[in-house]
Amino acid sequence: MSTKLPERAKAGAPAKPHQMPRRESADRKQVTQGRWASILLVPTLILLAVVIIYPVVNAIVMSFQRDAGLNPATGFFEQGGPAGFENYTHWLFQQCNGQSCPPGTLGSQFWNAMSTTFFFTVVTVALETVLGFWMAIIMARSFRGRSAVRAAVLVPWAIPTAVTAKLWFFIFAFDGIANKLFGTQILWTGSEWPAKWAVVISDTWKTTPFMALLILAGLQLIPDEVYEAAKVDGATAWQRFTQITLPLVRPALMVAILFRTLDALRMFDLPYIMTQGANNTTTLSILVVDQIREGFNSAAALSTITFIVIFLVAFIFVRFLGANAVGAATSSGRK
Amino acid sequence: MAATATLPRTAPAPARRKGFDWGQLRTYVSAAVILIWCLIPAYWMIVTAFRDTAFTFDSTFWPTHVTWDNFATVFDESLGNHFGRNLINSLIVAGATTAVALIVGVFAAYALARLNFRFKFAVMGFILGASMFPGVALVTPLFQLFTNIGWMGSYQAMIIPDISFTLPLTVYTLTSFFREMPWELEESARIDGCTQGQAFRKIILPLAAPATFTTAILAFIGAWNEFLIASQLSSDATRPVTVAIAYFAGAQPHQEPYTAVMAAGTIVTIPLVILVLVFQRKIVAGLTAGAVK
Amino acid sequence: MNTRKYLLPAAVAGVLALSLSACGGGGGGSTASGGGDAAANLDGRGPITYVQGKDNSNVVRPLVDKWNAAHPNEKVTFKEQSDAADQQHDDLVQHFQGKDANYDVVDVDVIWTAEFAAKGWLQPLKDKTSFDTSAMLPATVKTATYGGTLYAAPQTSDGGLLYYRKDLVPNPPKTWDEMMSMCSIAKQNNMGCYAGQFQKYEGLTVNASEAINSWGGKIVDDSGKAAVNSAEAKTGLGKLVDAFKNGNIAQEAITYKEEDSRTAFQDGKLLFLRNWPYVYNIAGKTDGSSKVADKFGIAPLPGKSGPGASSLGGHNLAMSVYSKNKATALDFMKFMTSEETEKFYATQGSLAPVLGSLYTDSSLTSKLAYLPVLKTSIENAIPRPVTPFYPAVTKAVEDNAYAALKGEKSVDQAVSDMQSAIEAAK
Repeated sequence: MSTKLPERAKAGAPAKPHQMPRRESADRKQVTQGRWASILLVPTLILLAVVIIYPVVNAIVMSFQRDAGLNPATGFFEQGGPAGFENYTHWLFQQCNGQSCPPGTLGSQFWNAMSTTFFFTVVTVALETVLGFWMAIIMARSFRGRSAVRAAVLVPWAIPTAVTAKLWFFIFAFDGIANKLFGTQILWTGSEWPAKWAVVISDTWKTTPFMALLILAGLQLIPDEVYEAAKVDGATAWQRFTQITLPLVRPALMVAILFRTLDALRMFDLPYIMTQGANNTTTLSILVVDQIREGFNSAAALSTITFIVIFLVAFIFVRFLGANAVGAATSSGRK
Repeated sequence: MAATATLPRTAPAPARRKGFDWGQLRTYVSAAVILIWCLIPAYWMIVTAFRDTAFTFDSTFWPTHVTWDNFATVFDESLGNHFGRNLINSLIVAGATTAVALIVGVFAAYALARLNFRFKFAVMGFILGASMFPGVALVTPLFQLFTNIGWMGSYQAMIIPDISFTLPLTVYTLTSFFREMPWELEESARIDGCTQGQAFRKIILPLAAPATFTTAILAFIGAWNEFLIASQLSSDATRPVTVAIAYFAGAQPHQEPYTAVMAAGTIVTIPLVILVLVFQRKIVAGLTAGAVK
Repeated sequence: MNTRKYLLPAAVAGVLALSLSACGGGGGGSTASGGGDAAANLDGRGPITYVQGKDNSNVVRPLVDKWNAAHPNEKVTFKEQSDAADQQHDDLVQHFQGKDANYDVVDVDVIWTAEFAAKGWLQPLKDKTSFDTSAMLPATVKTATYGGTLYAAPQTSDGGLLYYRKDLVPNPPKTWDEMMSMCSIAKQNNMGCYAGQFQKYEGLTVNASEAINSWGGKIVDDSGKAAVNSAEAKTGLGKLVDAFKNGNIAQEAITYKEEDSRTAFQDGKLLFLRNWPYVYNIAGKTDGSSKVADKFGIAPLPGKSGPGASSLGGHNLAMSVYSKNKATALDFMKFMTSEETEKFYATQGSLAPVLGSLYTDSSLTSKLAYLPVLKTSIENAIPRPVTPFYPAVTKAVEDNAYAALKGEKSVDQAVSDMQSAIEAAK
């Protein structure tokens, strides 16, 4: 997980401690603090190792084992033995027993699930960013009832996703309110694009508030004087937005987008409950869960692939797009 | 977008208008749109929860055919609904997860916020990375492991994987809070002869209580809302509310009991919403902590 | 500088992770041929546990009490699982994998029997533990048989029925084509003609198998090999696809599960409905909730030239190979499938019996008027594929039938994809 960080870590290490009231030997002080830090960090690191590293290592080991197969002679299942990369080629190259996986197998759904996952991620995150930005700007203004609006946006955020899924499933039912309101007769969960949009709309409803609040927090760090000065210089509203608001909000915005993207890539609850993955709404996470009952080891390979995909996306964000969540969290206080 | 993106956080442009203030009106209209968008679906859930099953798909804005039956269905054991049990299970799992994450995480957060040591960046990177870990990558190996050691369906089978996302969240949020605290007090305590440990216990812990409480709420909500892990690793006896709602049984076999599900959703949601509204400011601070500083 | 100290936590974590992963045993489903276990404890007697899903209509408890009163030294403890089928399945798998000796007699859905048998978890019912099924309806016995050996005792059954509006159609159709020709009546009355369950879930496998089987097709053959790629299967599935195309099945039926289709029927929106017997009482309620309360009748599913081939629901009773008291378990299974018990299932729980004689028993038909029709349905029924790969097979059927019904794929293509997808299960 942290392999991307060593040289940064070295760069960050000599940073000044938060406050250094008395000038005792800085070296000695660092040693004491270091000892304290390791004592305080050990429980967390051990716990995370147990709940994350152990399962990951276990999953990787499993993914190189073949699933139990039926011995046609006896009619009984038998242990699979080592599989090499078979479980991976099964998913990535759609290989089912030496032939290409036919439609109606889980294997054949891999690339569909991959593109569905990315579709959901790109569309929901884009929508949530734009809507969230707009909401944040409104909430940043002062008007009577502002705190009511800020409280209201927390409501969708607080509702469990499972409940959200059921709620929107009901809204999008054939006899449901969505069709009545718009006078349509759409079978929302009955075909591909309506089903996808139903998921996108529900997800947007549920998570835009999170986005809006993060962006709002970023907006509030911009001093009013900057805008005043720009106004005096005759900047238009659009110029002020693109040249002041955007660049100054960018760090907060990138972190928000990073969090939401990684969250969207593992989307499970909404499509699983709303459509059971039918009509091409199966995400990678749903595919893994479907596979668990057809064979642990193959599922382990798929979950490892999912993990690597998410890791790569996170890497790209942090490395090339400058979403520096770690930096934000470790930088020493403000001012 | 462009037009509205003018003046974050400034007071409404005063003076310079003649007659009606269109800008302010636009703000109010926008605010109303946000309110409607966020609240109406939730309102619809509550309205439906009070509708008689036979009128499930009525579309009147106000509740009609009002009944408490759906709430009775939710708790009706003879239908196979054990919602009371589910609520207790959710409390146990979310409570235990939060407790473990807080007790362990508070020390790590203190170290990260307060102490200067090598590999701080790497440690924070690891912890943050952990929070982004996909749940399915845990479920598959744990499904097998817990089956082998007979933990399947136990409380710990949910609490342990839940820690994988609550603990990083806790550490991350607390670290940001801790950096904001008046640490001078700790220094003065040390001058008064306290060791760093004593200072931590006697001065810092009480000071950190509000931040810790907010973090606890966030962690609790996260664990309370968890679905994927619970749907795979819980059993009848330990099933939490989120999974129960997804698999709700109606009065008849094969029935999709919309109204009862909405009633259950209402029961689960109302306490969370109250919690969130009461601690609104703190929660917003906790959510955004770390992301902007 | 003292770097070691800082590396310690990481090292500890790493070592811990590695040593723990060694305990995981490297994965691989734990399977057993079961030979040894199946030969053990055949004469064992003593207390046992009976495991079943949610006892919704209080059928099991009175039976267990009755057994316990008569067998004080071989008491049965009832372990009740949840209502959700998937979770019952997982619970059984977990306990079998753990070789749990406390799951002596288990209640398994007909579609899981082959899987559990192939995993070596079920006691074959032969020799010392043989079980007499001669009085039972043959189709139900088939669901309990894997590789020629009986692995479970049929307990309850279920079959599809055709619900029709007798006020509009005085004589129910005997064949599918006859039913389709009656759709003009539906049109005149401004209602939909036919519906079953076509949402992409287990119900679609049921409906698609019925169409395929009714025209003489098969999903898998007797040895469990894929055998669906036939002209008969294509004709059968084609009938459903045609009905969707020409509107005899309304478009919204593609989202129907049992309840959606029942609601449509009892709201008077459908002329014909394929559904399970449970609908009979609900649609017949005279409290105003059903608009068709006294206007509907039931008939066997229409087929190619006579009654169609219904899919079978229901449950079987099986004995765990890990049970310590197999003699008691066998006696209990016999008790739980006796004529008296089967009658009780029907009267108390509206569960269809597996004994053919009971369907004409007047004490039952007075309460469950649909029984004679249901008997025809079950007599003509063909079980859903008996295969240890049931999840993969049902997915192959569902996915491809769904694509065909929606017109995304030709019937020929769908059936041949079904064939290859079933073959791909290993």
